[in-house]
Amino acid sequence: MSTNKPNALSRRAFIRNSSIAGGGMVIGFNLFQACKPKVIAEPAIDLASLDYNDFNAFIKIADNGAVTIFSPNPEIGQGVKTSMPMIIAEELDVAWKDVCVEQGILDTENYQRQVAGGSQSIRFGWDALRQTGAKAKHMLVSAAAARWGVNPSECSVSEGVITNAAGETLGYGDVVNEAALLEVPEEVPLKEPSEYKIMGKDASNVDINKIVTGKPLFGLDYKTDGMVYAAVLRPPAFGKKLVSYDDSEARAMSGVIDVVSIGEKVRGLLAEDPSFGSKISSSDKVVVIAESTWQAMKAKEAIKAIWEDDSKVESTEEHDKILNDLLDGNKFETMRSDGNVKKAFAEADEILERTYESPFLPHNCMEPMNFFANVTDEKVHLVGPIQTPAWKAGLVSKMLGREEKDIHLEMTRMGGGFGRRLYGDFVIEAAEISDKIRKPVKVVYSREDDMEDGIYRMAIKYRIKAGIKDGKITGYYLKEAAVNSNMYGLIPNFFPAGAIENYQVDAANYESNITTGAWRAPYTNFLAYAEQSFFDELAELMNVDKIQLRLDLLDNVKPEEDERIQYSPERMKEVIKTAVEKSGWGTKSKDVYQGFVNYYCHNTHVAEVADVEIENGEPVVKKITCVVDCGIVVNPMGALNQIEGGVIDGVGHSMYGELQFKDGRPTANNFDGYRLIRMKEAPIVETHFIQNDLSPTGLGEPTLPPAGGAIANAFKAATGNRLYKQPFTKTPELLKVPEKEIIG
Amino acid sequence: MPTYQIKVNGASKTVDVAEDTPVLWVLRDHLDLVGTKYGCGIGQCGACTVHVDGTAMRSCSLTLSQIDGKSITTIEGLSEDGTHPVQEAWKEVDVPQCGYCQAGQIMTASAFLETNSNPSEEDVKNAMHGNICRCSSYSRIRKAVMIAAENMD
Repeated sequence: MSTNKPNALSRRAFIRNSSIAGGGMVIGFNLFQACKPKVIAEPAIDLASLDYNDFNAFIKIADNGAVTIFSPNPEIGQGVKTSMPMIIAEELDVAWKDVCVEQGILDTENYQRQVAGGSQSIRFGWDALRQTGAKAKHMLVSAAAARWGVNPSECSVSEGVITNAAGETLGYGDVVNEAALLEVPEEVPLKEPSEYKIMGKDASNVDINKIVTGKPLFGLDYKTDGMVYAAVLRPPAFGKKLVSYDDSEARAMSGVIDVVSIGEKVRGLLAEDPSFGSKISSSDKVVVIAESTWQAMKAKEAIKAIWEDDSKVESTEEHDKILNDLLDGNKFETMRSDGNVKKAFAEADEILERTYESPFLPHNCMEPMNFFANVTDEKVHLVGPIQTPAWKAGLVSKMLGREEKDIHLEMTRMGGGFGRRLYGDFVIEAAEISDKIRKPVKVVYSREDDMEDGIYRMAIKYRIKAGIKDGKITGYYLKEAAVNSNMYGLIPNFFPAGAIENYQVDAANYESNITTGAWRAPYTNFLAYAEQSFFDELAELMNVDKIQLRLDLLDNVKPEEDERIQYSPERMKEVIKTAVEKSGWGTKSKDVYQGFVNYYCHNTHVAEVADVEIENGEPVVKKITCVVDCGIVVNPMGALNQIEGGVIDGVGHSMYGELQFKDGRPTANNFDGYRLIRMKEAPIVETHFIQNDLSPTGLGEPTLPPAGGAIANAFKAATGNRLYKQPFTKTPELLKVPEKEIIG
Repeated sequence: MPTYQIKVNGASKTVDVAEDTPVLWVLRDHLDLVGTKYGCGIGQCGACTVHVDGTAMRSCSLTLSQIDGKSITTIEGLSEDGTHPVQEAWKEVDVPQCGYCQAGQIMTASAFLETNSNPSEEDVKNAMHGNICRCSSYSRIRKAVMIAAENMD
């Protein structure tokens, strides 16, 4: 290995510059040869003199031209490990087949917003990722031009090969050493969408070969030398805390290494940072440490623990009453108010008021919660599936009193997230356990732990009231009652805000000790169904066309006069019109009953039409036509997968999803008592994109909320029954076609 | 702890585990075959599906004595290089979202196609109904199984 100190120092300067420039770009050598079995050229600088962490940014180019792109954000199945590197590769101008993708680790200096949540990775990453690729390309071209003694503008690039006016060529690998020493440009021109070669074309999931051959990818698959397994006995109900326990039987079981209790460190953390308080129990917990997962899980069952009430243990029945009382009461906070709804209702010809109800939902990621921690004097090593790595590293640093630079966090691929892995209570637990036993340890939840110790979608009720005068909707008043958090805090400016002159949204909540949080498409996953069922019913009451009612309302919206309005009425109208056309709305045979929904959430406009047919006297969802305006579609193959998954997930949870509580404890804790949608219930999903060149938005969430509304409206068409409660199977009598119609 | 001889992916292995250890955890923790996934532990989700003498079974609900003398195939042993027609179809259709349940889906599908090489879409739906995909990649699973059926010998 040759040594060249000045080069190494210059490189570090480059890295600092790049951080300041916001691109977080590094052109380095393929240090780890993790990618392709190509020959990696001997590096020209002294690698031993470098801080290896500096290389954990977006791009590595080896002297032989091999390109590695690090995907910065956690992968929960939303496809960003494929689509984010595609954006970089497009502007870098390399062939996608030549790119190797690796998961970036947590690196708050070089990356921005390493979070999986809110369908925001692509939207927030769009400019930075393109600039990162384009800046690297600019530097590589400049290096080649300098070597040739020509102007960079005379050079062109195709698939990582630079060509000058005389027809001479240099590969990226040929000039990477010189390019890495150049100053990082402030901002460089980007491609026009018409020039895209990678974006807009189908790309397979970058982990597909590993997934179909069962390679270790997920947190639960992670192993290291000397690792032990931990099963944690947590309070059996929300509102309980540990008094004492007898571990003698567990300790005598084979494979059991130790039984310890934890809780002290978490309580210390909660005292210092109460923001996390509603997401983790402050009770002591009993931890069985064993040589294998099975031994740990089994020995946990043998712990005899005594618990006592710490706060009130609650039930679904109580929640139901509490939410009704809130809706009837006056403890509301007004989130937005236009005009005067009271006056509008007083002057109305007709009033429609309806209440919609939804239950608690567990996330039920297929990979149960788990995390690895190894706390040593030197550092804290954390590995596993987490949607918010920076937040968790910060909390662990506080809890253990360690500097943030000593926390090394690696994200694995996640067997689903759906919001559950935003919270990382399991990361905190793993760190406290490893700190206590000073061993590399993996905390593994059983399915029962996962469902009973959730951070659930909270139960919510909406009461919506509208006033009609002279054939127009003159007033709209929505009241929300929710357990713990109100959804409307963030979205009072969604549709129909701006569409109805007198408009008000009020929210009230009840503070429960049951942990709740974001669940796929938080804020709207239940609201969309309530609101869009209500508009359907309004159209029926007003005796007007359901589509026309929606289009007329959108005509009233003037975002240029009210900058709070978050959706685009024009884009909404386009998805509506396209859905009418593509679904054959109103033109189907009489055996097909259709339901329509249009919705805006997570920056994306969507319309869905459900086709329902009657089988054995019951309505069956056969097909959903989904029209999506998400701007530029980065990876159509991945985008379609997200849309299909979101729609079917929305159908499934609207139909079957419900977690009830009794005495502070969920009444189901595994898939024998909790129903998820399966193959035979999954409808066909037909997707159409609105083609435009607008900046892309995310797709992990926005197609889920409308699905429940689309099928509810189609069920109404099929059975004559309106559905006001989720899950729909809770009221089976409403999912039947009236007898006379079958006979007729 | 007793010692067991088991046949996995064509090789004979000796494991030293408690007799009630489910085959799932023997594979994952003792043989480092982590492609077989834990989802529910009660045979409800199908993530842990393996082949026992060619038949798809839930490894979370199998004890070592139940597989005595039988041959186990896991996702790692379905083909040498990931080119079983079902794996190829999964790649062609790009089935996975999170990917966690897919080994179980593939093992169910590959055993099913050995018993029915010319299935209708209804047959496929029935065969795959026991495997949960929380990401709801059901449309693509259906499509991939149909493609694999055409390409099976």
